[in-house]
Amino acid sequence: MTVVLYLVIAAAVLAFVVASLERAVRYARAPLHLRWELYPVPHEKPARVAYGGSYFETSEWWKVPRHFSLIGELRFMVPEILFLKALRENNRPLWFRSFPFHFGLYLLTGSCGLILLTAGLSVLQGRPISGVVGTLLRETYTLGGVSGLVLALVGAAALLHRRLTAPDLRSYTTPGDILNLLFFLVAFGLLGVGYLLRPEGSAGVLTIVTGILRWDPTPQVAPVFAAGLVVTSVLTAYIPLTHMSHFVAKYFTYHSVRWDDAPLRDNRRIAAAFAEYLTYRPTWSAPHMKAGGATTWAEVAATNPKVGGEKRS
Amino acid sequence: MKDKTRLSDLSRPSGEQLLHLDPEDLQPLPMSRDDGSSGRAWAPLSQQVRDRYECDLDDTCALSLPRPKTPEQERELVGQFLAGLEKLFTRENNWTFLQPLLLTVEHCARCQTCSDACHVYESSGRAEIYRPTYRSEVFRRLYYKHVKGGGLLSAWQHGAIDLTWSMVARLAELAYRCNLCRRCAQTCPIGADNGLVTHEIRKLFSQEMGIAPKELHESGSMLQLKSGSSTGMNARAVRDNVQFIDEEMSEKTGLAVETPWDVEGADILLIHNAGEVLAWPENPGAFAVLLNAAGVSWTLSSELAAYDAVNYGVWYDDAQLARVALMHAQVAKKLKVGKIVMGECGHAHKALFVIADRILTGDLNIPRESCLTLLRDIVVGGRVKLDPSRNDFPVTLHDPCNMVRLMGIVEPQREILRRICPQFREMHPHGVDNYCCGGGSGFAIMSGHNFQDWRAQVSGRKKIEQILNAFAECLDPSRPKYVCAPCSNCKGQIRDALNYHDLWEKHRILYGGLVELIVNAMEDVTPGFIEWEWR
Repeated sequence: MTVVLYLVIAAAVLAFVVASLERAVRYARAPLHLRWELYPVPHEKPARVAYGGSYFETSEWWKVPRHFSLIGELRFMVPEILFLKALRENNRPLWFRSFPFHFGLYLLTGSCGLILLTAGLSVLQGRPISGVVGTLLRETYTLGGVSGLVLALVGAAALLHRRLTAPDLRSYTTPGDILNLLFFLVAFGLLGVGYLLRPEGSAGVLTIVTGILRWDPTPQVAPVFAAGLVVTSVLTAYIPLTHMSHFVAKYFTYHSVRWDDAPLRDNRRIAAAFAEYLTYRPTWSAPHMKAGGATTWAEVAATNPKVGGEKRS
Repeated sequence: MKDKTRLSDLSRPSGEQLLHLDPEDLQPLPMSRDDGSSGRAWAPLSQQVRDRYECDLDDTCALSLPRPKTPEQERELVGQFLAGLEKLFTRENNWTFLQPLLLTVEHCARCQTCSDACHVYESSGRAEIYRPTYRSEVFRRLYYKHVKGGGLLSAWQHGAIDLTWSMVARLAELAYRCNLCRRCAQTCPIGADNGLVTHEIRKLFSQEMGIAPKELHESGSMLQLKSGSSTGMNARAVRDNVQFIDEEMSEKTGLAVETPWDVEGADILLIHNAGEVLAWPENPGAFAVLLNAAGVSWTLSSELAAYDAVNYGVWYDDAQLARVALMHAQVAKKLKVGKIVMGECGHAHKALFVIADRILTGDLNIPRESCLTLLRDIVVGGRVKLDPSRNDFPVTLHDPCNMVRLMGIVEPQREILRRICPQFREMHPHGVDNYCCGGGSGFAIMSGHNFQDWRAQVSGRKKIEQILNAFAECLDPSRPKYVCAPCSNCKGQIRDALNYHDLWEKHRILYGGLVELIVNAMEDVTPGFIEWEWR
């Protein structure tokens, strides 16, 4: 049974990574779009970021090198990702529920990373990590894992309660939305209960991860804890198939849409992409479009439908 | 208001109106605390209009979409809608906005954070159909069902939806109950953009089904492509009108004013919203006075479409957007000007500078600059002598969404006002957090049936509240007040809303552009450029 558990966990992690990457690649390969930025844009000069200004405020802006601050973007993104700043500012009642949920997930993810690091080091060195480093790692991931689990559980329960009781959310809530939150509650509930109630001598998380890395099926995993791990694994694989994959989308909605203020001037990458797009043949049917699959976008744009459909030079 | 409208109600049979707004539903205005008034009575749609057109959404009608006569016609229209829906999600047909559309449609969590940011939703007393997520959620469910081919499992995960002609007709109208100001998008924690969804729905109807408000399409972009201007003015008419304006300005200012036309090699090709020439001639007149006084090398163009900055396609149709933008760029190239400077017109700024930027390839990518930076340089650079005491009356500033939230031009206009208007005060909120005037996305020029009532009472309500609050301590009509709106369409909407609520009569609140304030403060100009008369 331990091998089955290993397979489920490994498959779930692989499915998560592949599905998330597929989604990211799909968005990354979508055509560059017409500009659609929204200010403030945080890679601008700090003084401008403060009030939402842009390079359009500079006279003859095209003669001035474009300011681009990665630090400025990070200054925005770090509090946004870690503390859900936009939600805190714009929807405080939901933030009180969503923040513990998301922060709990971050703590759980971080703890999993530390457990993987600890297991990896112990496999590499052929014995468990001991001493100060070992203690520090163990205490950190235990604290992070337990507090993360509690926060995520509380957050998921609070979000589900709000989804079911707040009128403006309830009427937009699908059975799938309820399932998603219930999925978290069941998975993390089982995981927590199984972890706490596991018999002495049965495998903990570090033993299981080390076992996967060594492909050692000898550790005995308590049934409830194993069930928690299986359900959590299925949940992990399921997340990137749903709108909960907004951790992928958010990169694009911010970097590729809201903050994409790159002008065409001298940008060969954009120029090459748009030169290709203008050769596409649209099939829009409205008469004024003068499209129909035979003409390119460049020809459509150069056509004046009020002058006998003639192309302009 | 306890509005229990559900998503499925959009499919209710034709003839059933989904929403009726009572005056008491609307958010109270500050002035109603004083005298209980909140503008005129709302003219209801006549039964004849209701019988003839699809107007089953609310109390007004933007599209005048004829009711199909037979079930076959209905089925055909639904088929066209579905074809357009699919095209919106193909690379060949919608590369222009495919990526942001997918990101929004596939990830909105329907957390409703955006709802409180929407002035239409708030002003209406939180009518459910005006909630930013309402139309988006209908659209999202249609996407999963008809584009992704979802079955029962998809309906369970993403929500069920029934597609009927009555729903399509209501969705078409609903796409014209949003100003596309994108204040909702600004608050979204995920970065979803329900304003974009509205924009794309409008495109579907226009580009596939040929459905768009007459004011935007037939009398708008099509007229501009035919005669050169959405006002209907041809080149000769606009030159005659501007010559008349020059004469007026010369008489009024005491300075000889002459507008240069078609000057090859000029530093600046200035493009005005041609509506200014007809409705507010003092604006292009003030530009001529100021630019000549500052010694700027500039010209207007009498080429087709180049004397009218408007580009209504930006609100509803990518092809129309591209056609007009190309015309503007081609004229600048032909005249060999150093740069295009856009006059006081917000959507024209965004259309030519931002949205069309990447399709203006090669030597058509003429440098483009806002009039606001040019005016700032003239004022701050001391190129004309100014006497701020001539503007010693309360002034507040409206931030056009297109220039400010969507382009980041925030400070130049404020630098000017702080220098020349001693009683300048901000609205709250302002800058990139501003509220739309209520006329955005074409509404300012849409007045069919009783649409003007809707935009004065609903979409324009928040701006009226902001204006009244900005002048709260000086509402006494003995003190004239000025709302500076450096955008033609915003100005039109603010004019209509001030007039609708009688705020000139009650409080002497006037509106106008930015350049008029500068010329009003010019020492070399005969005092009194701004006339305190309703217009």
